[in-house]
Amino acid sequence: MASAQPERLDATFQALGDPTRRALVARLTQGPASVSELAAPFPMSLPAIHQHLAVLEGAGLIASQKVGRVRTCRIEPAALSQAERWLTERRAAWEGKLDRLAAHLKQFPDGEPT
Amino acid sequence: MTATDTTTAAAHSIVHGSFTIERTFPGVTPKRVFDAFATAQGKAAWFAAPEGQWQEIDRVFDFRVGGRERLHGRWASGDETDFDARYFDIVPGERIVYAYDMWHQGRKLSVSLAAIEFKAAPGGTLFRMTEHGAFLDGYDDAGSREEGTIGLVAQLERYLAG
Repeated sequence: MASAQPERLDATFQALGDPTRRALVARLTQGPASVSELAAPFPMSLPAIHQHLAVLEGAGLIASQKVGRVRTCRIEPAALSQAERWLTERRAAWEGKLDRLAAHLKQFPDGEPT
Repeated sequence: MTATDTTTAAAHSIVHGSFTIERTFPGVTPKRVFDAFATAQGKAAWFAAPEGQWQEIDRVFDFRVGGRERLHGRWASGDETDFDARYFDIVPGERIVYAYDMWHQGRKLSVSLAAIEFKAAPGGTLFRMTEHGAFLDGYDDAGSREEGTIGLVAQLERYLAG
């Protein structure tokens, strides 16, 4: 029986709430890569990349394995169970809509334009 | 880290879930926010997909108890989605309760109950939406789960990039 835990969704959103981490996830959806391959496009230190990867791994979005001196990362699609994915998608869809609603209300605070 | 869910595509399954979203809209009354849900013009301003990403196939907006709302269309990606809802309770300026099913590519994905509350808050309106859903039969098979994740990441990317 699947259950979707809000804490888990929060961790997922928090992990993806950073452009570097989103880029890392996007890269890994194309296939596994070593940490140095992942770090190459970014103008930041290897330890900083390691930290981002640790956050993603903590949220269950990626998994990594060390063989010799090379750590390889891969996406962990199973981490997003059906229920979590469904909820995440519904929530993301609503958050996007509510952003547009907020902008609309700001533009027309006194009522719908006629 | 582990999926708690081992359902396969072949089986008929139901996954139950619920979530709540709260937002404060500053500088507007509950009545004003309610109107953005209650009028065709108001809802069109934010509920439909952003311009250019969506081609409408059918739109019904009959905002009354027992009335139907439908938003059926095709995304730029070619995906066809259909939101088909019925209103069950409306208290003007205070709350809206509706149930809907959601279709994707002609397949029923979920049946949900959504309850929206509008409350006066200091300087604006507190909006709260709680949705309970039964997600039907999964998307799952070996390939589509990963594909779904990639789609989700793209979606989150767009969403979070604002």
